[in-house]
Amino acid sequence: MKSFDVAIIGAGPAGMASAIEATRNGLSVIVLDEQPAPGGQIYRAIETVSDQRAAILGTDYLAGRDLAAAFRNCGATYVSGATVWNIDNGLKINYSRAGLGSDQISATSLVIATGAIERPTPMPGWTLPGVTTAGALQILLKAHGAVNDDVVLVGSGPLLYLVATQMLTARYAPRAIVETTPAGRLIKAARHLPRALTAFSYLRKGLAMKRKLHKSGIPFYANARAVAIEGTTTAQAVIFQSGGKSHRIETTAVALHQGVIPNQQITRLLRCEHDWNANQHCFVPRLDAFFQTTVENIYVAGDGAGIGGAVSAALRGRLVALRIAEKQGKDTIARQNDVLKKLKADQAIRPFLETLYAPSPENLLPADDVMVCRCEEITAGQIRHAVDLGAPGPNQVKSYLRCGMGPCQGRMCGPTVTQIIADHRKKEVGEIDYYRIRPPLKPLALAELAAIESEPTRHTPL
Amino acid sequence: MKTVDTIVVGGGLVGIAVAYGLARLGQTVEVMDEGDIAYRASRGNFGLVWFQGKGDGTPEYSRWTRGSTEVWPEFSERLRDETGVDVNYHKPGGVHLCLSEDALQSHAALIRRMHDVHGAANYGAKILNRQELDEILPGLGPDVIGGSWSPHDGHASPLYLLRALHSGFQKLGGTYHAGARVERIDRDEARFVVRTNSSSHYADKVVLAAGLGNRALGNMVGLNVPISPLKGQILVTERVKSTLSMPTTFVRQTEEGSFLLGDSHEDAGFDTTSKSAIMADIANRAIRTFPFLKDLRVVRSWAALRIMTDDGCPIYEQSVTHPGAFTVNCHSGVTLAGAHAMTLAPMIAQGRLEDRMSVFSAERFNV
Amino acid sequence: MFKRVQTDISNPVSIEFEGQKIDVEQGETVAAALMLAGKRKFQESAVSHAGRGPFCLMGVCFECLVEINGTPNRQACMILAEDGMKIRIQKAAIEETDR
Repeated sequence: MKSFDVAIIGAGPAGMASAIEATRNGLSVIVLDEQPAPGGQIYRAIETVSDQRAAILGTDYLAGRDLAAAFRNCGATYVSGATVWNIDNGLKINYSRAGLGSDQISATSLVIATGAIERPTPMPGWTLPGVTTAGALQILLKAHGAVNDDVVLVGSGPLLYLVATQMLTARYAPRAIVETTPAGRLIKAARHLPRALTAFSYLRKGLAMKRKLHKSGIPFYANARAVAIEGTTTAQAVIFQSGGKSHRIETTAVALHQGVIPNQQITRLLRCEHDWNANQHCFVPRLDAFFQTTVENIYVAGDGAGIGGAVSAALRGRLVALRIAEKQGKDTIARQNDVLKKLKADQAIRPFLETLYAPSPENLLPADDVMVCRCEEITAGQIRHAVDLGAPGPNQVKSYLRCGMGPCQGRMCGPTVTQIIADHRKKEVGEIDYYRIRPPLKPLALAELAAIESEPTRHTPL
Repeated sequence: MKTVDTIVVGGGLVGIAVAYGLARLGQTVEVMDEGDIAYRASRGNFGLVWFQGKGDGTPEYSRWTRGSTEVWPEFSERLRDETGVDVNYHKPGGVHLCLSEDALQSHAALIRRMHDVHGAANYGAKILNRQELDEILPGLGPDVIGGSWSPHDGHASPLYLLRALHSGFQKLGGTYHAGARVERIDRDEARFVVRTNSSSHYADKVVLAAGLGNRALGNMVGLNVPISPLKGQILVTERVKSTLSMPTTFVRQTEEGSFLLGDSHEDAGFDTTSKSAIMADIANRAIRTFPFLKDLRVVRSWAALRIMTDDGCPIYEQSVTHPGAFTVNCHSGVTLAGAHAMTLAPMIAQGRLEDRMSVFSAERFNV
Repeated sequence: MFKRVQTDISNPVSIEFEGQKIDVEQGETVAAALMLAGKRKFQESAVSHAGRGPFCLMGVCFECLVEINGTPNRQACMILAEDGMKIRIQKAAIEETDR
């Protein structure tokens, strides 16, 4: 089994920057990433994107080009198409190579740079074909130059406006933008404005996006409530209340977005402690000032450490690498301080954004008839019923209902299940906690599992 | 503070089955349970309702198990009628498969011994050769050379069983406390005081069914409970069409279509993490047994701690120093759920374990 | 309807969906290729057998499962389209779920 100073999971901005910094400091590094090419979701297809597509995607996206180039040249061992399916507490890592069998490596330090996933958005009709996340539209555009001319965007958050702007630039404007941000959020967010102003470039970009969208004539529906998607076999219309009126927009495609949350599968697998972040409405691994988890030598960089955006992701990646190098005897303190300062500056916009675009309450606590677990088709009402039966938390709910036992392994229902239980039991969300995650982190062919080095055990003595 | 008839400590399959049985008899019962994360063997159960190899050398355990499989059909129907939860119980017979000549030899000897103890009419299990196995289980791999079959074996969903019992118990008026880890049990005149860190509960009788926690709890009421953890891991595949007509000891297909693959026996203390190398071993044996499984994807794995005694048999006992305190310990919470609810609970309600249960006393480890 | 910004396919590969031949661009995932061909239903859900289609496109939701060359439960958003691939709608495993 090969062994490395540092294993990095994920080749987005955090993973790439971490690899660059770690190799620069003489550490041996392996980067395992599930995608065919570096970039993560934020810089997806960054190495191959055409000029036409690049113009649509904008300059923030193109910033990933230099990072990807530096990453390619940094000397780290980079394995694309590698799906990590188990990591044990001795940092032995099993990963699957896209149907070519599994490999195993070990590392002294682990950097989890698996980024974020879009917050699940349970609402009536959200399982109908034709309904996607807003991020999915962006992935189609980045990776495949695919755009849809019949989309209604629904939700809240910067990504929603970014996707809309990119669609507009591609001359396929969304049919409408249905904003679920409740009224009065701007006033609430205003107290964070002074700090946000120190990160003025973000504010300016955001305002420019919104101005462009408003000028374009795309219909905006503010403060939308009671949002539902209609359709028998596929999506046919979005219905909602806005401005005191009921609306119905016929469409074949609906894209939902309520912000992004850390992808916590690996930190949960490794039984790192997590805390509920009430501002970001998500669980975040408990980290020290240098992004080390509660388990020695395991770090989280990027959005997995709490949503911070692409620039911060890369900074966190660098910081973590510098810290690991320091532990191995390199003097990196001055550079760490430099990165920490930049990180602080880059994060100034966050409290403002988090308050302004906090997810809509009807999304966090869906009505009884809304499906929460898409795989096993379990509704919010069934989850509440399981709590009434005495289930104290998500693991018992899972065991009663099979909720979270399907192929997505709880990724799509977990956050909602926890919130529903907390609300129904009138407890703090952090106290309710989350599903216990076990291997395989992604479904794995039995033959592939059988082929790895095994340890014979005693069997049924009957 | 009101005093109930019985407090059951432990809300897993063992505790809730006893509590359900007591509530059925009109007893007032409270169940004290831990929170969402605990050592919960009930969540890691393979789901067999199994008799054929149980109790070699201890005929009473064998008969006790057989008795439970006899009440299971009525027990599961009753649960469905009372709660609407179908625990997916089926009794198509069950098979144990052998992958080596040695394994088959020793297994055949076991089956013969059990046959001699019970007699043909009661036992019913028999050794099958490869041809006979092929007739009932298509798709066996070349390494399978023989096995045994019993008409008394079957399987059920342990998860739905737990839910049905909790639901049934509460419908009968029972009270369930989650997140109520018991810290102390004292005797106060004629009754027991069961304390958590935030509340006290009073009962005439107390039943310790807290799995591995029974060891410490037993000391509080004069019961010696020599049990230890034995780790087991299970793999769960994606759902596929129904292909396996009956369960085997380490491969079974659930009502939903998933294959459950077991099993492992590890002395790993209280570690409950899933280990790649053990998972690989389980996968290997499953594929050797049924090669068609090789392309299925594993979507989940489990690891849990069995509650094990040195002889593998249960411990049922009433305290001599603290009459009214009982302890219930076993590693077959599904198989024995029928017996615990329908046979053991009435004995506890009467305040006395029948004489035939004396063999299950922990005294047996003191000789 | 999904469309390509670059309207022409420069390096075509040919796949089949439910017996229908579809030309797609090399390097496209199966999910993107099918969405561009106007396909929305990829699988039947495990319990109610309702139609489902791609949701997240980043390997998280497992809603884009299809049968590829006879192997069920393949994630269409994580697999690149290859010439001659035969893709079918993923059917629910159990005909009637009695719970």
